[in-house]
Amino acid sequence: MPKPKVAFYWCASCGGCEEAVVDLAEDILGVVEAVDIVFWPCAMDFKKADVEAMPDQSITATLLNGAIRTTEQEEMARLLRRKSQFLIAYGACAHLGGIPGLANQFSREQVLRYVYEESPSTVNETRQRPQVKFAEHGREVSLPQLHHVVRALDQVVDVDYYVPGCPPTPALTKAAVSALLENRLPPKGSVIAPDTALCEECPRKATKPTNLAFTEFKRPHQVLMDPDTCFLAQGVVCMGPGTRSGCAAACTVGGMPCTGCFGPTSRVRDQGLKMLSSLCANVAPKEEGDINKVLAGIPDPVGTFYRYGLAKSLLRRKVNLPVN
Amino acid sequence: METAVKNAFNQGAAKANAAYQTARRRYTVDPITRLEGHGKIDIFLNDAGDVERAYMQVPELRGFEVFSLGRPAEDMPQITSRICGVCPTAHHMAATKALDDLYQVQPTPAARRIREVVYNAFMLEDHALHVYVLGGPDFIVGPDAPAAQRNIVGVIQKVGVEVGKKVISMRRRLREIIAYFGGKVVHPVLGLPGGVSKPLAAADLPRLKEIAKDGLEFALFTNQVFHDIVLKNPDYVKLITSADFTHKTYYMGLVDERNRVNFYDGLIRVVDPSGKEFAKFPVRQYRDFVAEHVEPWSYMKFCYLKPLGWQGFDEGPKSSIYAVAPLARLNAAEGMATPLAQKAAEEYFATLGGKPVHHTLANHWARVVEMIQAAETLVTLLDDPDITSPDVRVIPTGKPSLGCGVVEAPRGTLFHHYETDDNGLITKANLIVATQNNAARIAMSVEKAAKGLIKGGNVSEGLLNMVEMAFRAYDPCLGCATHSLPGHLPLAVNLYGADRRLVRQLVQG
Repeated sequence: MPKPKVAFYWCASCGGCEEAVVDLAEDILGVVEAVDIVFWPCAMDFKKADVEAMPDQSITATLLNGAIRTTEQEEMARLLRRKSQFLIAYGACAHLGGIPGLANQFSREQVLRYVYEESPSTVNETRQRPQVKFAEHGREVSLPQLHHVVRALDQVVDVDYYVPGCPPTPALTKAAVSALLENRLPPKGSVIAPDTALCEECPRKATKPTNLAFTEFKRPHQVLMDPDTCFLAQGVVCMGPGTRSGCAAACTVGGMPCTGCFGPTSRVRDQGLKMLSSLCANVAPKEEGDINKVLAGIPDPVGTFYRYGLAKSLLRRKVNLPVN
Repeated sequence: METAVKNAFNQGAAKANAAYQTARRRYTVDPITRLEGHGKIDIFLNDAGDVERAYMQVPELRGFEVFSLGRPAEDMPQITSRICGVCPTAHHMAATKALDDLYQVQPTPAARRIREVVYNAFMLEDHALHVYVLGGPDFIVGPDAPAAQRNIVGVIQKVGVEVGKKVISMRRRLREIIAYFGGKVVHPVLGLPGGVSKPLAAADLPRLKEIAKDGLEFALFTNQVFHDIVLKNPDYVKLITSADFTHKTYYMGLVDERNRVNFYDGLIRVVDPSGKEFAKFPVRQYRDFVAEHVEPWSYMKFCYLKPLGWQGFDEGPKSSIYAVAPLARLNAAEGMATPLAQKAAEEYFATLGGKPVHHTLANHWARVVEMIQAAETLVTLLDDPDITSPDVRVIPTGKPSLGCGVVEAPRGTLFHHYETDDNGLITKANLIVATQNNAARIAMSVEKAAKGLIKGGNVSEGLLNMVEMAFRAYDPCLGCATHSLPGHLPLAVNLYGADRRLVRQLVQG
């Protein structure tokens, strides 16, 4: 029986997902032996033309990390979708848009103007900007155009499975690859991680109050946090209840609250909304003025509740711009 | 692209492929645009077939400075670490130090030491990755070796399987130190203004000390490997010191109160091409000394020394271009901060003709010297009786307004600058990432390599390798996403004739 063909690709990402694959360490050798890697531009010698020449659906699975923000990335996503039986969104950016998706609160013009004209160390009297097409003395060079919005992978093409996390853990990566190799695939659209809230695996779970009544929200730098007590019980926003488990509670073990990188469980459509409504329902005061005082402890709701999921959320973006 | 051009290109490419295949394993020749996060180099020839101009482009921009607006400052260490998944610890730490400055709060002694433990463990494992996996193959296996051997597998064959195992396990254990304090190794969470989120439990200290001890032994072993394989080979030394890989520029690096190399803290010192001190300043004054220049052909801005003005991509006394990273750090300091590293540095300067060293490829050796300092520092920090103190937080009470933080990332000086409202919400952010400081010098290195190798229209088969070697010595982080598993820098080179038509493209995946 021929080995399953696997492709890897990266879009708008930081390289942390590639590191996560490398952090499989010795286990990666087993994976490499069990599959036939047909496309991995950052690691191996294959070209786009090779992929184009493949019959449709001839790649068993493509693992794609990063959000989609340029025409070129969109083109590659569509090509790999066509050639693959399974397209897997790997990591928070492909899954939810990720932290780069926070850029959807701002316009492309605002980004370009700040970076090339307004930033405090930039000296640019002629207000020059990088150009998609630039020519001097007949020499023409080009740069890709940035989209107006950042999108998660499934906002561009159909996605079969998701491996969550910023970045995914080596254990989850291994589990996803094993599921594929052993043909133990869950229903299409599944997120390959436990379908329970992070609290289930958090060592602070025992101290999570059943009835919360917030009289104040404290920001992490403003308070000495007890290392064994539930963050919410200490008045510190923790995304744990609205976030899928599977990371072994890495951040809470590190002494900081969960920021939600695994996205919601299958029962929740919008992670931010879920957390927002859950916390607000537990605000103790009942008068508007008093409620506002409590909520002042969460000065950036978008960045807090949609840190990784803005692109994919019901909010989507600040203004209704066309993608390109 | 027009079909005729494409066909002509593909025929040429096929020929080039055949010739090149014997020497190189990983390359493609493909008339497509480069991939996200790749560097791209367009080289234009004149009528004589010599290089007229080479453009090194970075095709990406994510706009972190803008989408940080309105965020609570204390979230910045975790947001900005997403600039780079390879060096998240550097961004995390620069941001955390900017928060100390923003709130005018000093971390407790234990917290400061924990940050330095994490940071030096990070420098050591990241440098080890570069020495053995990314850049090392050029030297340990050899620049003339078949490309199929110039990778980690070739390194292991040369130094032995046991050593290969040692490298992998050492790196994993050092990353355990980062994960212990940071929760995660990729995108850690420990940084808070005035401290860290987690103390060191006394019960875990012996394990960490063991790792540190082995780390020092490993760094010294690496120095010996470099010594035996590289320095005992006159051809390598000749290559390192060759004119094609030399630029006389300014150098920048953090120094302690005795002008010795420091990765975590200190003043920023700049020396001129003759090695004389040009400036020494605290991070808050960075805007008086560092400026960014915009070119229409790249998304990356090019840093230069502001007092000298932008003088173009030139070296020498009139240049305003400076370099950062290991070579620059050793040049910009008066010595190393630890005894064994100092000894190694003395040998480095003696062998390479004194200070400053202008040879780009000497970055590899300087990196090994720095590994020793990181390891010695790690051992010393863990020997400190305060290290297990539970007192790792100071709650800031000051009113925030402006904060600047700087660290030496493995790839060079990294600046974070935030301004906030009274509530500590970001109103302005400015980030100058390590590779950006080196951008102009990298662009010059690329052009020099191209000019040295392409004559009369003849493209040397070694072009890509030579360009890649010049690149790789800087350990650049283009778009902070260019590190790859077998250590090849994703890079595309397009070659255009005097008629401006594409004659050849090499893609290094």
